[in-house]
Amino acid sequence: MMSTSTEEYLEALYTLTQDNKTATTSNISKRLNITPASVTEMLRKLAGAGYVNYSRYQGVTLTAKGYEIAEKMTRKHRLLERFLHDVLKIGNDRVHKEACEMEHALSDTTERAICQTLKSPYKCPDDKKVIPACNLGFSSCEECKQWGDGLEKVGHRRTNVVSLAALKEKQVAKIAFIRGDNRALRRLLDMGLTPGTKVRISRVAPLRGPVEINVRGSRLALGEKIACNVFVEKQINAGARRIR
Amino acid sequence: MRAGRHRHRHGHHWGRRLTIALAGNANVGKSVIFNQLTGSRQIIGNWPGKTVERAEGSLDIDGYDINLVDLPGIYSLSTYSMEELVTREYIAHEKPDVIINVVGAAVLERNLFFTLQLIEMDVPLVICLNQMDIAEDMGITIDSQELQEILGRSVVTTVASTGKGIRELIAKAIGVVGRPVQRQPIAFRHDIEADTKELSGMIEAEQLQLEYASRWVAIKLLEGDPTIKELVGSKSTNVIRAAATLSKRLEELHQEPSFVVVASERYALANQIVHDVQTRKTVKLSLFDRLDRLATHKIFGYVVSLGVIGLLLIWTFTIGTLLSNLFSRAFSFFQPVDPRVNGHLLNVLWNGVFGGFVAGVTLVVPYVVPFYIMLAMMEDSGILTRVAFMMDSAMHQIGLHGKAIIPLVLGLGCNVPAICSTKIMGTRRERLLAAFAITFAPCAARTIIIMGLVAAFVGIGWALALYVIDILLMVVVVKIAVKAVPGELTGMIMEMHSFKRPSLSVVTRQTWVRTKSLITLVFPIYMAGTAIVQGVYALGWFGPVNKALSFLTVGWLRLPVAAGVLLMFGAVRKELILLMAVAIFGSNIAGSLTPVQLIVLALVGTIYPCLATAGVLIKEFGWKASWAIIGANTGMAIVAGGVAARALALIFH
Repeated sequence: MMSTSTEEYLEALYTLTQDNKTATTSNISKRLNITPASVTEMLRKLAGAGYVNYSRYQGVTLTAKGYEIAEKMTRKHRLLERFLHDVLKIGNDRVHKEACEMEHALSDTTERAICQTLKSPYKCPDDKKVIPACNLGFSSCEECKQWGDGLEKVGHRRTNVVSLAALKEKQVAKIAFIRGDNRALRRLLDMGLTPGTKVRISRVAPLRGPVEINVRGSRLALGEKIACNVFVEKQINAGARRIR
Repeated sequence: MRAGRHRHRHGHHWGRRLTIALAGNANVGKSVIFNQLTGSRQIIGNWPGKTVERAEGSLDIDGYDINLVDLPGIYSLSTYSMEELVTREYIAHEKPDVIINVVGAAVLERNLFFTLQLIEMDVPLVICLNQMDIAEDMGITIDSQELQEILGRSVVTTVASTGKGIRELIAKAIGVVGRPVQRQPIAFRHDIEADTKELSGMIEAEQLQLEYASRWVAIKLLEGDPTIKELVGSKSTNVIRAAATLSKRLEELHQEPSFVVVASERYALANQIVHDVQTRKTVKLSLFDRLDRLATHKIFGYVVSLGVIGLLLIWTFTIGTLLSNLFSRAFSFFQPVDPRVNGHLLNVLWNGVFGGFVAGVTLVVPYVVPFYIMLAMMEDSGILTRVAFMMDSAMHQIGLHGKAIIPLVLGLGCNVPAICSTKIMGTRRERLLAAFAITFAPCAARTIIIMGLVAAFVGIGWALALYVIDILLMVVVVKIAVKAVPGELTGMIMEMHSFKRPSLSVVTRQTWVRTKSLITLVFPIYMAGTAIVQGVYALGWFGPVNKALSFLTVGWLRLPVAAGVLLMFGAVRKELILLMAVAIFGSNIAGSLTPVQLIVLALVGTIYPCLATAGVLIKEFGWKASWAIIGANTGMAIVAGGVAARALALIFH
């Protein structure tokens, strides 16, 4: 079992490196409220275990292995926030702290149950960030819904995906997974967003507005909710990789 | 389906009758082609029992008497939307002689996805490669000969906006009729093709007597289409069982739901075809591209959006006032149009009917028609899509998405056609919420009350304040409704088609469709309603009404007792509140009503809905939902009026 602090570090890094940015010791220290010296030490440990790429002057990025755990933890955290907020009616000022405590003990079974009860929620209640995709081996949310109890026979999907809503203008990415009911999925398929299709972000409207994408020679505006539910393959190797 | 499929207004021709349908994606110029071919010989209505527009027209050419049907613009033939269902059923049940598939040359790949589905349906098909000019501007060239060979169907290139190629298109379409063409299906790759063949072979062997082509049914079964599954299931469990096994195998093999596998396969084919027939070179940014960038810019985008709406309103009021004055003068030449409430009853009734008609002609038409013309131009050019794009996050604040801005802006003209046009919203829930928001939009008649009562007698500042209050109330009430109506907002998926010069015929048609609901719904209510309320008033029956309502009008709203009548009249036509006030109190209304009363009367008058709005709500959404909306509006009007009466009393001491 992985230690709670490792999970917390990876989770912090997930958020800090979301826009293909590189995290620094000082912003990790600020986020986790831990002294820079301890952060440095911990980062060395994480690099040794293969979770992060870390060199003193170039900052920190997640490796594929680290990203997978970070994504999973972030998903559990944000899903719990949603649950605490929507079902248990706990205020926005409390949900973050509560979720932080609970996330490390949350099993896949409960995670799935929460996700189904809340009908695949797409963003967390407090800071409106995207809830990452799940990594269970279902081909669609509908299949997960129809699947009975027990996840033993369900494998895991290769994740390392990121929501379209997290991309910047001019970035290019490949469609990996679309979250939500079949209706939403079908609409997007009809418009050409089949798995593996390359899309290019051409416009991002401010204030959580829609995202305009180029797909198969056409231009589509996707509202925030849709954009949050469309996941594309994450370019690991970080750095500011942009394809023009 | 409607029996009048072969109805022709020009029945004297001896030519052979043909039915040709136009099918294709939205925004590819289908309507332009339809208009080019049929001219004024069109009937625009709805599909029976559906809220989907049905356009039909006729033309005589080469000795043929052709009935042309413009099918709704769709992207696929899954039953995701009402439009898709209508198209699918039309093709299967009415079996048009030829289908012209209009394809946007600038967005070939996405359009071919639909073409491939038509080919799967095995219908007589001609491909119209339209908007060649737009494609050319984008540096796209398409080898139409090659495309024709690959698809095995005739391809005609056209520029519908200039009429280029239209003649040849119709000739090709006629040519397809009756010629037994060997129609080759377009094969999928490997496993999917094998499964399709196996299943369609079974369907043919069992002779299921389906109205659809067996290959298409096989593909739909593999996709798990619920309607087709039910249809086949009632005839053969064998086929259903085989389909289930095959699609399960596909899912296991590809690790995706079977409909994703099939859709991906179709798109892979479309992509391959595009690769074979299309070349693209990079071109300089055109003027339209630059405008496009500006219209979706982080800062200037908002400026453009507000500018567009502002321009629309300024244009409407400038032209509207001009025409309104012109028309009023013309009508007052015949007869005074002020409401008459005494004298012989027949005279009063006639005055009501005439007054209602004149009000329609001088009030609604001059403002609303120019408004619709401008709006249709903005819509067709593509600028409104950009406004919807920019306004999406603002619209989310009230629980709707960006597309709702179009019906909402329409509501500023008249609520009735605006409510009809909520069709563009995805679900019934969204349509209902948008319609509810529209009932608060200050329409032309409401503007007249605000201007006539408040701007004229209290001050322009207070008139503007009323607008702001009205919009704030809308935001608050719709926000509450969003919470109250079960379900959640579906996300917005909107195609951003390239900017283009608006087509005159499309603008005319759109304006006509919208104006039609004024003539068929608003005018009769105006005429009959005005006659009835005036008659009732002349008979002296409003005394008891005034008295009965006085607890509300006098007690709660602190208005004079006559306000009961005013509000009853206002339910028929909003501006009657102003006209009747003049009739009762004389032209200097301010002599009889205090500023507070004027503002309260205008506020209440602005919020509660008129009969025509109630009528269209019932027509579109049924009684239950309509009563909820009407009740909420009326309740809101009473609450807001009473609160305003007390709050304003403090301000005006």
